Amino acid sequence: MELVLVGLNFRTAPVEVREKVSFSQEQALQAAEDLRSQGILEETLVLSTCNRSEVYGVRPVGNRESAAALASYLCKFHKMQPDVLNPALFHHYDHDVVRHLFRVAAGLESMLLGEAEILGQVRDAYLRAYEGHVTGPVLNRLFQAALEIGKRVRAETELGTRPMGVASAGMKLAERIFGKLNDRSALVLGAGTISEQVVSQLRDRNIGRLYVSNRSRDKAEEFGRQYNGKVIEWGEWDAALKLPDVIVSAVGVQDVLLTKPLMERAMSARGNRALFLMDLGLPRNVEPAVGKLYNIFLYTIDDLTEIVQQNREARESEVPKAEALVEEHVAKFISWQASVELIGVLDTLRGSLKERRAAFLAEKLAGINHFNAQDREQIGGLMDELIEQLLIVPAERLRAEKELRKKIQSVEAIRALYLSDREKP
Amino acid sequence: MTETFIITTALAYLLSLVLYLRFLYTGKDFTGRLATLLMFLGLLTHYLSLLMRAKGTHTVPYHDLQGSMSLFGWLLAVTYLCLEIYHRQRTVGAFVLPIILAFFFSAYLLPNHAGTPTAAHGVVFALHVTLSILAYAAFALSCVLSLMYLGEERLLRIRRLGDVVWRLPPLELLERMSHTSVLVGLITIAVGTALGFVAVERLPDQPHFDPKYLVTLVVLGMYAAYFQLARTAAWRGARASKLCVFNFVLVVLSFTVVNLYLSPHHRYF
Repeated sequence: MELVLVGLNFRTAPVEVREKVSFSQEQALQAAEDLRSQGILEETLVLSTCNRSEVYGVRPVGNRESAAALASYLCKFHKMQPDVLNPALFHHYDHDVVRHLFRVAAGLESMLLGEAEILGQVRDAYLRAYEGHVTGPVLNRLFQAALEIGKRVRAETELGTRPMGVASAGMKLAERIFGKLNDRSALVLGAGTISEQVVSQLRDRNIGRLYVSNRSRDKAEEFGRQYNGKVIEWGEWDAALKLPDVIVSAVGVQDVLLTKPLMERAMSARGNRALFLMDLGLPRNVEPAVGKLYNIFLYTIDDLTEIVQQNREARESEVPKAEALVEEHVAKFISWQASVELIGVLDTLRGSLKERRAAFLAEKLAGINHFNAQDREQIGGLMDELIEQLLIVPAERLRAEKELRKKIQSVEAIRALYLSDREKP
Repeated sequence: MTETFIITTALAYLLSLVLYLRFLYTGKDFTGRLATLLMFLGLLTHYLSLLMRAKGTHTVPYHDLQGSMSLFGWLLAVTYLCLEIYHRQRTVGAFVLPIILAFFFSAYLLPNHAGTPTAAHGVVFALHVTLSILAYAAFALSCVLSLMYLGEERLLRIRRLGDVVWRLPPLELLERMSHTSVLVGLITIAVGTALGFVAVERLPDQPHFDPKYLVTLVVLGMYAAYFQLARTAAWRGARASKLCVFNFVLVVLSFTVVNLYLSPHHRYF
């Protein structure tokens, strides 16, 4: 059982290369099937996200050239020159593959440290490969363990708890005031990229009602259709500001949009219900004095950026904890791998000893005529029993061995002492 | 036996506090559950210690200052646990347990202080006292929740979030929890006060006016006002929380100054 990984990520390849080597869902399955049918890998899985394209596999016994063949296949599949692709590729084998995948699932290899999306992407890639019958017992076990470590790191460390983007930081703050947002309403002013990011966060949180407003009515309607939001006429603020619990303003205007008198009127109309205001516009869309009004929580883009920066530092301080968890799971996986190998080695050894026993008896009993066929069979049976006993005792001892290093060394010793190169599994 | 229960209670509450603090910091669900479990254990042994003490002194726990304080701590723990289960919110435990512990330790570490026995006895009187102490416990809890609200609101306003703000309950949940707690307090103090008047009516030698009556009615009125105002536009949010804290100051005054210096018939409740 030998694991191999060939891939590239945001650290090894610029975006121009990454986008050429990305796989669609169908391509990922197609590539996995090709690699199996061509004998390059026995089991395989392609993980492709915007920041990485990685091919995981179990190489066939005795095939030492899998990584090179994989790299060559990637060049052919994506129609790229080896001198362009090869420098961007990294190769890992065996334990390093396990460690790398576990770090990926934990979010330690992500551009945004600890981001949650990668775990879902690993899960989806695994499920597709599993349903496509391109994985096998080893990769199934490996990816199930990766999903487990991914969940554990997020549950037991602060790595995934703090928001890392301005939009998600804003939403987390809104949750500090209102709790879950699924029965709340939000008004988004502006229909640009920032507004889209915010709406995406609001949708992730199943916001109850979404209102949108934009200077261009057409764009507002398109935006509203896209995100299932109700359009509110630009400028009709007295009516619009009464409704939402969260207001996000990301409009490119020179003058302040939401003034203190306007917000005073709005708060009075809404019975002073708490209001979370995110001002993501530059220049600012909301008059700073609005932040002093009762029950209004105003955050500007600078405030949110500062929070994101603090969170980044806090997340980085959690890395050692997450790495310790990863190492714990790597050791568990290697232990499982060693147990499986032990079973394989013992099976091979049993077969080998029985073959030798048969040859030995045939040679030694060749000149002895007073043993009939039944006697010979009995002697053979006794010797088989002896072989079993000689095998079972060390096997049980090895299974019970707690120290992984000793277990692996013992398996290696059995291989070296009793098996020829031809017989080694 | 009583000592065993006291030590077990102290250990359970202390460990529970440590776990609640850890839960506040790490957010690990398992830690939170363990904290609740230990608090429940503490509650059980606390009850047994109160029972053993009452058996030992052949009287009710509120007969002396120590018993009253211990009973208050126990009822505060009961109220908190009910609130935790009802609102599924464990973070508050780290803020309530120090108060429970303070009352529990004070009850057993302070020198014994038995006052003049009260003239009233019987089930109605016992209910009057127990319900009154339960009301005070519920008001204490609402005070803690309001202080948490004010603290969190302040941190959100000045944008100093630190490590813990992300773990605190949402402001609106704190408000709801405070309302629930005040509602429990209002109902129990109303019933408790009514039962107190019934108990007094049954006495052969009925006492004259007690300033405690007036203060209790003021407390009841103030909390009723809070309950009403907290839902209005002008008061919802921080203002209502400040009023809740102010009301609890009245409760403390009623518990201390009024009981010790003004009321001839109320000692420790």
